[in-house]
Amino acid sequence: MRWYYKLPLRLRSLFCKNQVELDLSEELKFHLQSQIDEFVRQGMNSQEARRAALQALGGVEQVKEECREARKMNLIENSVRDLRLGLRMLRRNPGFTVLVILCLTLGIGANAAVFSWVEGILLRPYPLVAHQEQLVALSGTVGEEREQTSWPDLLDVKRSCALCKTVFVSSITGATLSIGERAEVVTGSMASANYFDGIEVHPILGRGFEPSEDTGSRGHPVVVISYHLWQTRFQGDPKIIGKTQRLDNVVYTIIGVTPEGFYGTFVGRVIEFWVPVSMLEVLNGGSFKLEDRGARWAEAFVRLKPSVTRNQAQQEISAIAARLAVEYPDTNRGRGIKVWPLWNTPFNHARELLPIFEIMVVVTMFVLLIVCANVGNLLLVRSFARRHEMTVRVAMGADRCRLLRQLLTEGLLLSACGAAGGMLVAYWCRHGLVLFFPGDMLYLPGQIDGRVLGLSAALCLVVTLAIGLVPAFQTRHLALADTLKTEASSVMGARGRAWFRSSLVVLQVTLSFILLVGATLLMQSLRKIRTTSPGFTTTRVFDTWIPFVAAGYDASRAKTFQDELIQRVRALLGVEAAAYARVVPLGYQMFSSTPIAVDGYEPQPNEQPTADYNEVSPGYFATLGIPLISGREFSRADDENAPRVAIVNQTMVARYWRGQNPIGQRLQVKGNWARVVAVVKDSKYYSMGETARPFFYVPLRQYFAIEPDIHIRTTQPLQTIQAALLREVRALDPNLPLFEMITLQEQVDRSTSQQLVAVALVALFGGLALLLASIGLYGVMSYTVSQSTRELGLRMALGAGTSNVLRLVLSRGLLLTTTGILLGIALALLLTRLLGNLLYQVSPRDPLAFAAAFAVMTLASLAACFLPAWRATRTDPMRALRAE
Amino acid sequence: MAKPTDLVQGTLDLLILKTLAHQPMHGWGIAQRIRQVSKEALQVNQGALYPALHRLEQQGWIRAKWGESENNRRAKYYSLTPDGAKYLRQEQAQWKRLSLAINLVLEAS
Repeated sequence: MRWYYKLPLRLRSLFCKNQVELDLSEELKFHLQSQIDEFVRQGMNSQEARRAALQALGGVEQVKEECREARKMNLIENSVRDLRLGLRMLRRNPGFTVLVILCLTLGIGANAAVFSWVEGILLRPYPLVAHQEQLVALSGTVGEEREQTSWPDLLDVKRSCALCKTVFVSSITGATLSIGERAEVVTGSMASANYFDGIEVHPILGRGFEPSEDTGSRGHPVVVISYHLWQTRFQGDPKIIGKTQRLDNVVYTIIGVTPEGFYGTFVGRVIEFWVPVSMLEVLNGGSFKLEDRGARWAEAFVRLKPSVTRNQAQQEISAIAARLAVEYPDTNRGRGIKVWPLWNTPFNHARELLPIFEIMVVVTMFVLLIVCANVGNLLLVRSFARRHEMTVRVAMGADRCRLLRQLLTEGLLLSACGAAGGMLVAYWCRHGLVLFFPGDMLYLPGQIDGRVLGLSAALCLVVTLAIGLVPAFQTRHLALADTLKTEASSVMGARGRAWFRSSLVVLQVTLSFILLVGATLLMQSLRKIRTTSPGFTTTRVFDTWIPFVAAGYDASRAKTFQDELIQRVRALLGVEAAAYARVVPLGYQMFSSTPIAVDGYEPQPNEQPTADYNEVSPGYFATLGIPLISGREFSRADDENAPRVAIVNQTMVARYWRGQNPIGQRLQVKGNWARVVAVVKDSKYYSMGETARPFFYVPLRQYFAIEPDIHIRTTQPLQTIQAALLREVRALDPNLPLFEMITLQEQVDRSTSQQLVAVALVALFGGLALLLASIGLYGVMSYTVSQSTRELGLRMALGAGTSNVLRLVLSRGLLLTTTGILLGIALALLLTRLLGNLLYQVSPRDPLAFAAAFAVMTLASLAACFLPAWRATRTDPMRALRAE
Repeated sequence: MAKPTDLVQGTLDLLILKTLAHQPMHGWGIAQRIRQVSKEALQVNQGALYPALHRLEQQGWIRAKWGESENNRRAKYYSLTPDGAKYLRQEQAQWKRLSLAINLVLEAS
C-alpha cells in the first residue's frame, strides 16, 4: 500500500511547506558539513574545503529546486505560488489591472452575449422542447420563392415520409381575449393534434389535443393556454380545466395548461394559447381549408428520426412533393417542399435575424482580437518594466518554463476576471436585443447554458494564451548580462523588439478600419433606405384597425358598419381621403397570394405564375398617394354583384402584358376572371429593400375581409385624428375598441429596424475599435518616445528644430497607420460582401465608404500620435544627455 | 588513472535502493558507500543524489527519518519500505537479465 507512505508526504509538502523547506536545508547542510570534514581530512584548509564541497554539490539552490521538482507536489505548489505572485503584481498596479480587465470584459462580454443570443434565438430557440437538433422547419416552394404549405400536402408527407418521426403544424395567429373589463390581443397558435407529442412538451394540467381534434370544420373549440396566461389572466386557478373562455367571439373549453417556461415554437413571439387547426376559419376567416390542397397557410415542423440528416430527409420529401405535383397538377404543378434548419426557419423572425447575427459574430470577434492586441501591448509595456525582475529570477535559478508559467498565470488571472465580467455583461444583455426593435413586442431571449459557458471559457483560454504569450515572447530574448547591467535605450525607428509591438498596433488599425468601412457602408445603406420613397405617402397617412370579429360582427354587419364609418371619417375636419385595405404595406401580415392566368400570356412548361395582391376599397390610391398611370380607381359600383375587376402595377404589366396596355384585358384571380381597369405605379410591399415585383389590387367588396385596416389621409396630428375616429366609431357602436394608430412612416421605420440594428451594432463596435486602436497607437508612440530620449536630445543638441522632431515622430506613427489601413483595405474588399442583403443600393466596395473610413482612421491616428510627438519636442537636450 | 565512470541514468535509483537494503543511511553515507563498494569506480554525482532520494521517497520506495549521525550531527536517514524491497528485487532481476544479455552480445565473436 504505497499511498500509505505517499499521502502524508504529499499533504506535508502542500501544507507544511516551511517545515519541508527547513528539512531540505538541513539535509543539505549535513551533507556539506560531512564533505567539508572529508576534504579537511585530506589536507585542505577549511576555506578551500568549503568551496570544493559547494562545487561538488553543484549549487545548493539548484539542488534544492531539483528536489522540489522531484516532489511532484511542485505543480500545485507552484501554481498556488504563481497565483499569489500574480495577484500581488496585479494589486500593485491597480490602474493597469482595471484597464486590462475592462478591455477584456468588453471583448469577452460582447462575444458571450452574441453566443447567448445565437443559442437562445437560433440554435435552441424553444425552451423545454426536446431534442431540437432533430427538428427542421418545412415550407413550400414555387421556383425560388417560399410559401406556406397546405394541410392535405402535409398529411401526405406525414403518411409517406419514412425518415420523419412526425410532422406537426403550429401556425401563428392572434385573438382578442377579454376577461372582465380588460381586452387584449394575444398571440396564439393553430396546432395539429400531434403538436404537443411532436415537441415532447406535455401540459402540466389537463391534456393536449386528441387525434380527432384537428379534423372537421369548427368542430373542436378547445384551447390549451400558456402558464403565463394561466397565472396572469386566470390567477393560477387550479380548477381551470373544463372552464370556458371566449377568444374573439367563440367560446372555447380550456383543456390544458403548458409548463412554466414554455413559450411555444415561434422565434420572436411568446405564444399564449393553442387551438386545433380545425378552428382555422374561425380565427383567420375564409373558407374551410383542411381539404383544400390549394390553400397554403400552414407553418410546419418535422421531427426527423434519430441520426437522419437534413439532406436525406430533403431527398425523400422532394420525391414526395414531385409525386404530389404529378397527382394534383391543378394545385401542385411546379411546386416543391423544402426542409430548413431551425435557424433558417422561413416563417418566423429567425430568418431576418440571421444576417444580423452573422455580422455580429464577425464584429464581436474583431473586437475581441483588437482587445487582445491592445491588452497584449499593455502587458508588453509592463514586461519591459519587469525585465529586470525576470532577469533576476532567471539568474536565481528559475528556469524559463517557470517564468512562462508565471506569465501565463497572470494572463489567466486577467482573462478569468474579464470572462467573469463578460458573463455578467452577457447576463444583463440577454434580453437586450429586443431593445433594438421598438414597438414590435418581440421576444428575443438570449440563453446562457452549458454550451455558451463552455465557449466563453474556451475564449478565455485562447485570450490567456494570446496575452500571456506576448510578454513571454519577449523573455525569450532575455540576455542575462546585458539586462542586468543596464537598460539600453533605443533609437527612434530602430528595428528589433519594437516590431512586435508595432505589428500588434497594425493589427488593431487593420481590424478597426474594416469595422469602420462596414459601419459607413451600413449607414449609407440605411440613409438610402430611409430616403427612398416607398411609393406611397408616409407622413400624413394614418393606419389602424377595429377588431370586428371579437365584437361578434358577421360579414354583412361589418360591411354596413364600414360603409357608414368611412362616410363619417371623410366628413371629418382635415381628412382628405380615407380607405380600407386588408393588409398594410411593410407590415408583418402577409398579402394574399394566388396562382394567376393572363389572356395572351403563355407560361413556361414548369411555370405556375403567381402574384400577391391586396384587397382595397374605393379611394385607396388617393389615400396612400400611389399614382394612377392610366384607368380609374375602384368605385362603389365595383361590389359583389358587379363584374370582377383588378388594378395592376407596372411590373406586372411589363411581365405579363409585355408593356402593352392591359386595360380591358382579363386576369384570372383564384379561378375567377377579372377585368383590368387601371395601372398604378410600383411601390414597396413587404420591405423597403425589395426589388420591384408584380402586384395587383382587387376591390375589398368582391374579396371581402372582415377586419381590414383603415387608412386616413389628413392634415391633423395623430392625437386629434385618433380621438375623432374613436368618437365616430363609438357613435356607431359604443362597444367597439380601436387599435393603436400609427403613421405609415412609423410602419416604414419598423420595417427597417433590421438595418437599424446592424448599423447601430457595427457603428458602436466600430467606434469602440477605433478608440482601442488609438489607445494602442498612443501607447506605442509614447513608449517609443520615452525610450529614445537620448537620441532625440542628441538630435536637438545638433540643431534639429521642433518641426523636425514632430515630423520624425508623426511619420513613424503614420507609417504604422498606413500599413494597417492598406491591409484593412485589402481585407475589407474581401469581407464586406458579408453585408450582402443588408446593403440597399450601396456597393460593398463603395469607394466613398472606404474614403470616409480612411479619413476617420487617419485623423484618429494623427490625434493619437500628436501628444507623444509634442512631448518629444519638449525633450530637454541637456538633461537627456546628462542622464546617460 | 581513468576518470570514475559516470552513472548511467536510472541505475542510480537501483544503487541507492541496494545500499539501503543493508541498513538505513543518510545521503552522504549512501554516496560514500557506493564509492567504497565499487572500489572507487562509481562516483555518485552529488547534485543528482538528493533529487533522486526525494523522488524515491515520493514514490514510496523509501522513507526518511531524522537521526543522529556517527559524529553526533542531526542527519536524515533513509530506509527501504517493504514495497521498496519488492521493487528492488524486481529491478535487480531485470538488471541481471540485461547485463547478461549485453555480455552475450559483446562476447559473441
